[in-house]
Amino acid sequence: MSDMLTAAFLSALISGGILAGMPLLFASLGETISERGGVLNIGLEGMMLMGGYTGFVVTLYSQSHWLGLLAGAGAGLITALLMVVFCVRLGLDQIVVGIAILIAAGGFTSVLQRAQFGTTYPRLDAMSAVEIPLFAKIPVIGPSLFAQPAIVYVGFALVAVLHWVLRSTNMGLNLRAAGEKPEALDAAGVSVTAVRSIAALSAGAFAGLGGAYMSIVGAGIFVPFMTHGAGFIGIVIAMLGRGRALWVVIGSLLFGMSVSLTTALQLVGITVPIDVVNMLPFVAVLVVLVIFARQAYLPAALGLPYKRGIR
Amino acid sequence: MTNGTPTHIETMTSDLLQADGVRAGATAGPIGPAVEVREVSKAFPGVVANDRVSLAFHHGEVHCVLGENGAGKSTLMNILSGMYKPDSGAVMVEGREVTIDSPRRAIELGIGTVYQHPTLIPVFTVLENLMLGEGVGVRLDVEGGLRALDRFAKTLGLEVDPHAPASRLALGQQQQIEIIKALWSGSKVLILDEPTSMLTPQGIEELEKVISQLRDEGLAVIFITHKLHEALDLGDTVSILRGGRVVGSWGPDVVKTKSRSEMQALIVGAMFGEGAGSLEDVAEVRDGVTGRARRRGLPNEPVLELVKVSVEALRGEVGVHEVDLTLRRGEILGVAGVDGNGQRELAEVIAGQRSMVGGDIRLCGESIARAGVGRRQSLGLRYVTDDRIGEGTVGTLSVGLNLVLKRIGEEPFWRGGRIREEAIDQAACDLVEGFDIRTPGTETRCGTLSGGNLQKVVLARELSFDPKVVVYNKPTYGLDLKTTLAVRDRIRDLAESAGVAALLISTDLEEILDLSDRIAVLFRGRITGIVDNAPGVERHVGELMLGGDRGD
Ligand SMILES: Nc1ncnc2c1ncn2[C@@H]1O[C@H](COP(=O)(O)OP(=O)(O)OP(=O)(O)O)[C@@H](O)[C@H]1O
Ligand SMILES: [Mg+2]
Repeated sequence: MSDMLTAAFLSALISGGILAGMPLLFASLGETISERGGVLNIGLEGMMLMGGYTGFVVTLYSQSHWLGLLAGAGAGLITALLMVVFCVRLGLDQIVVGIAILIAAGGFTSVLQRAQFGTTYPRLDAMSAVEIPLFAKIPVIGPSLFAQPAIVYVGFALVAVLHWVLRSTNMGLNLRAAGEKPEALDAAGVSVTAVRSIAALSAGAFAGLGGAYMSIVGAGIFVPFMTHGAGFIGIVIAMLGRGRALWVVIGSLLFGMSVSLTTALQLVGITVPIDVVNMLPFVAVLVVLVIFARQAYLPAALGLPYKRGIR
Repeated sequence: MTNGTPTHIETMTSDLLQADGVRAGATAGPIGPAVEVREVSKAFPGVVANDRVSLAFHHGEVHCVLGENGAGKSTLMNILSGMYKPDSGAVMVEGREVTIDSPRRAIELGIGTVYQHPTLIPVFTVLENLMLGEGVGVRLDVEGGLRALDRFAKTLGLEVDPHAPASRLALGQQQQIEIIKALWSGSKVLILDEPTSMLTPQGIEELEKVISQLRDEGLAVIFITHKLHEALDLGDTVSILRGGRVVGSWGPDVVKTKSRSEMQALIVGAMFGEGAGSLEDVAEVRDGVTGRARRRGLPNEPVLELVKVSVEALRGEVGVHEVDLTLRRGEILGVAGVDGNGQRELAEVIAGQRSMVGGDIRLCGESIARAGVGRRQSLGLRYVTDDRIGEGTVGTLSVGLNLVLKRIGEEPFWRGGRIREEAIDQAACDLVEGFDIRTPGTETRCGTLSGGNLQKVVLARELSFDPKVVVYNKPTYGLDLKTTLAVRDRIRDLAESAGVAALLISTDLEEILDLSDRIAVLFRGRITGIVDNAPGVERHVGELMLGGDRGD
């Protein structure tokens, strides 16, 4: 009896952790790229909302989850163009522009949602799960880990790709140099503007994808401001991850689990008030920050605009 | 350029005109100068940094460029390396006119640069620093990079660990990496902007070997320095900038035929014009430096005492171990040693920027072990850092504010919490004048000053407002000859007339011999000996610096 309960608890925790952790994972991967390149993207959450809304609408009308996810990434990327123009090219303050994007995107998506759907919230069909043969048969964790919508596997594949890009490619080296000492990158003959633009755009695309995952795969509906601070948690995860993709995964899943912990507890008969549920991820952030904040390493030129010849 | 116009300016121009034919025979390289600038001008708000500069740099030649701080040397080099765009004039590479609009273009044209301020990324490994920007494919070609590094290291006779983080290398090694980086993609022209100012004599010697070798391979080397003897040792051609203009340039025909002292007189005369007379017998150009006798009759009153001071070694440092030092009123105590033997740690622990793991520091008899940086400041302890860009100045603030940076909130610059612009301006103007800081005005952003002038800002701030004890860490690095002497005079003068005690940390033995009363030697974070300064003492100090015998 108690064995069955633990099994149910565990699988609820894991599958819930993935469900809630994936958007964080996408967003924090994006922020990792951007931060390594020296662009602090405070507007991450705004890009998630843009991606979430666009992805939802596209999926609703096209009935294709994949098209929706792609559209979400595209919307995030287009939003990130603002960062490129104002921060990377014109050298305006990244925090100010980021906050502006955050506020504008939140308002923009909720107004559109209202205008289009009023107070109804249409639902999308769930994205079908893909079982990985053999692995899905592992007791307890098998079904919860290896029977996921394909986008989850794509997410983990992206982690591997990012890991490789950061460590073993010229682009990764350029990216890190742009964040540490852009003048050195410039002197080495690489355009800092180009590298940082790519970084900012990737961050937007990743955040948009995360938002789209949230609305399309996670919730199946779009509600204004549905991200509930996920973007900021993503920023924290990226900072604590210190540019290492693996730590970003661990961080995202842990935060995801702290969200799903309450649901899992309910399964075993312990009910938790909804306020506590909503609070948990932030408590988790606080605890993690208190314990690990000293280890956060930020690139030396993070947030600083670069222009050649200006000393 | 009123009355100081040197007559050799004519020889220079004719030299430039006929240069092609004359020099081509020296190497089998392409005909004509490797790089040539014609009538290049560049102005910044308030200053003309380069004023119709024309110079030619030839293959197989070391071309030394000298000039006082702010003369426009770095600006000219930045134009060649694609960092600045000239306002007018032409740049020719191997006889063709080119537009160098980015560092990428300069690299493609075969111009490699070692900038005045380091461009290594501290957290990157040596190999990563070298490979930055040079990769063509997607993947980092680590094996290829290692092979190339190996080749460079072999030909230049250097030894480097490719996987060590750059921050962990000694300055001399970092400099070597910068040079390899500048040569990495097959440069035919190598620009070295003050590569020796932070190096020890051994480091300089190694560098000189490397440079001669590169010259023999047919490279055009542009070498900027403030040290006359380096220019005389290395230079085939020597050119002088002053106020943005070329005021003298002598080709090999002159440099190799005139005697050292004749050349010295020519160079100093061009560099400083009428003010040069007093510099004729400067220590810097004297051959064979030796100590000068310790001053007698100093009061025996200790002002700064270090008792068994120990500092933990951070990554890549040696730390400081049980250092005992006593500094008396008005005394100048030199701390000699090869760079990276605990100099910075020692300076910072005295300034209060680092915590001690053991021991005690007393200022005028009272322990300041627990006092913070600000408290030590107000007790009259000053620290002239060797990191003028990082911690010495705030680049985005005005020169004026930088000069009173450590007096924030104090009378007369602040009153009742309000800033008093006139008071600051007044004091800043006085300091700018007193220390001969070349700046368009006190409102100018400090970051735009030339390297040497930044150093003057740091010095001016720390040496004003009643210092009692000053810790100098490489006080004159990057300063031109005249300013170096002025700063040394000031250090001496403060000690003699105002009784300001000085702890003079320097890697420049000549400077220590010139100024100190006593000399302590730092080796691996320990004091290996303290000796009285006297003629002939340098051999003993030199041995101690390399960890030789202990004690006196
Ligand atoms: N980016 C810039 N913005 C504004 N002014 C500048 C800039 N770069 C140089 N200057 C000014 O141009 C002048 C020449 O500077 P430069 O750095 O070329 O001098 P330098 O000869 O290299 O001096 P040093 O020996 O001190 O390095 C200085 O007055 C400096 O203030
Ligand atoms: Mg310079």
